[in-house]
Amino acid sequence: MCGIVGLFLKDRRLEPDLGRYLVPMLTSMAARGPDSAGVAVYGPPAAATVKITLARRTPEATFDAVAALAGETAHGAPVVRGDHAVFAIDAAAADEILARIRAELPAFDVTAAGNRIEIYKDVGTPAEVAGKLDLVAVGGTHAIGHTRMATESAVTVNGAHPFSTGRDQCLVHNGSLSNHHSLRRRLAHDGVRFATDNDSEVAAAYLSRQMANGRDLRGALEAALADLDGFYTFVVGTERGFAVLRDPVACKPAVMAETDAYVAFGSEYRALAALPGIAAARVWEPAPATVYVWEHAA
Amino acid sequence: MRTADAAIADLEVMPLRELNAAFHAPDVAAIAPVWRVKNPHGAHALACGVDAPIAIDIDGHVGYYCAGMNQQATVHIHGNAGTGVAENMASGTVIVDGDASQSAGASGLGGLLHVRGSAAARCGISMKGIDVVVRGDVGHLAAFMGQAGTLIVCGDAGEGLGDSLYEARLFVRGRVASLGADCIEKPLREGDRATLAALLERCGEHGVDPADFRRYGSARRLYHFHVDHAGAY
Repeated sequence: MCGIVGLFLKDRRLEPDLGRYLVPMLTSMAARGPDSAGVAVYGPPAAATVKITLARRTPEATFDAVAALAGETAHGAPVVRGDHAVFAIDAAAADEILARIRAELPAFDVTAAGNRIEIYKDVGTPAEVAGKLDLVAVGGTHAIGHTRMATESAVTVNGAHPFSTGRDQCLVHNGSLSNHHSLRRRLAHDGVRFATDNDSEVAAAYLSRQMANGRDLRGALEAALADLDGFYTFVVGTERGFAVLRDPVACKPAVMAETDAYVAFGSEYRALAALPGIAAARVWEPAPATVYVWEHAA
Repeated sequence: MRTADAAIADLEVMPLRELNAAFHAPDVAAIAPVWRVKNPHGAHALACGVDAPIAIDIDGHVGYYCAGMNQQATVHIHGNAGTGVAENMASGTVIVDGDASQSAGASGLGGLLHVRGSAAARCGISMKGIDVVVRGDVGHLAAFMGQAGTLIVCGDAGEGLGDSLYEARLFVRGRVASLGADCIEKPLREGDRATLAALLERCGEHGVDPADFRRYGSARRLYHFHVDHAGAY
């Protein structure tokens, strides 16, 4: 099972309301994924800094520890949202700070890092997670959400989607991969490190690797068609891009809608039913083994 | 709710289960022969299991299994349909104005499913007597393991058409990406043209010439165990 939603805004005037449109999409997919939920939001860019989103593992952990570690590389106070905080770190120091957080602060998980991306995820029903994180208030250019019914690994914050395995990159997945063990070994051999045992993280890391090797978003997904085996419907985000891919068998559901104002994705039409102008939208099922990409101009 | 012409059910007000229960009432046809459903918003299992000579008009897109197990009723979806529309239908008519998702008309025993857009993968899978007419294209594995009935595709068919077909008659006007195991092209006979003409006429698909279709059916090589294949097991 699992539910996926995505919203890519074409009309910039809707950007402040991104969360307001996204949350009903997410909560409508509760029956497909009641154990955890998460969203990636592409918000305003961070000038000369890298946005690092962290989730604390226990309520006792305070973000002061991260602020102390970041010191003067942190620009301003972190933006706290539930058990998550977004730090703006000097671009030049970001790699070092990320490595130190991972090594020295085990009470925190880095969920995302990049110019625009923020990832918020937690265990609980989509409504609980959206409420705790006040997701209706988020703004941005595009967002991708996931409601999880775990099959491949534990129900934890880390096991929740979206998975981010590269700067400003994220992936959500409905399905299960059958060759993720061999793919994981191949990627690990190339130096890729994994945070979980989850098959979807392998797919995310695979795409990140393809893009690091010079492919664009479309090219990375076309390569995935040849290398990934199993069931999948993916929605993938990059700093400016939004993409959808279904496996050739196409068991996992997908519905899309497009208007002059947005492109939207839902595992079921119910996820799209509350969007503005949906009655007049072009609504279609993305074809199997076909890469769909939308991108904002740089 | 009741007007002179039709009973109107608004799913923004009325719970889905209540509406389906109303459709299942023994005297539903006497209560209203025509029903209009507003605001379906992609609801699942809408108008499932109806067994009465009523007409149900649905204004919008529906979710999974709409009009499943239908008997007698005419269900008209003015929008797209999710997975398994009219699955296991026994009689009656289901019309989808838009596209149908996967497994449209799955295992249907009888009746007519008319998709005015395109149907996705596995359209008519395991069909057992239903007639399916698709104005647009069908995806991969249409009529997979079909046993009886007729599938008419006015557009193109995806890969693996008629895979592991028992019987069932398949007609495609456009391109067939590939035929599935044991599915072969057969000559279009006079009787086939009459079948096509009658079903296209019933669906109001005027201007579609039965002579433009190709017929596909079972080569009947998978019916029985063949000793020459013993080594394959």
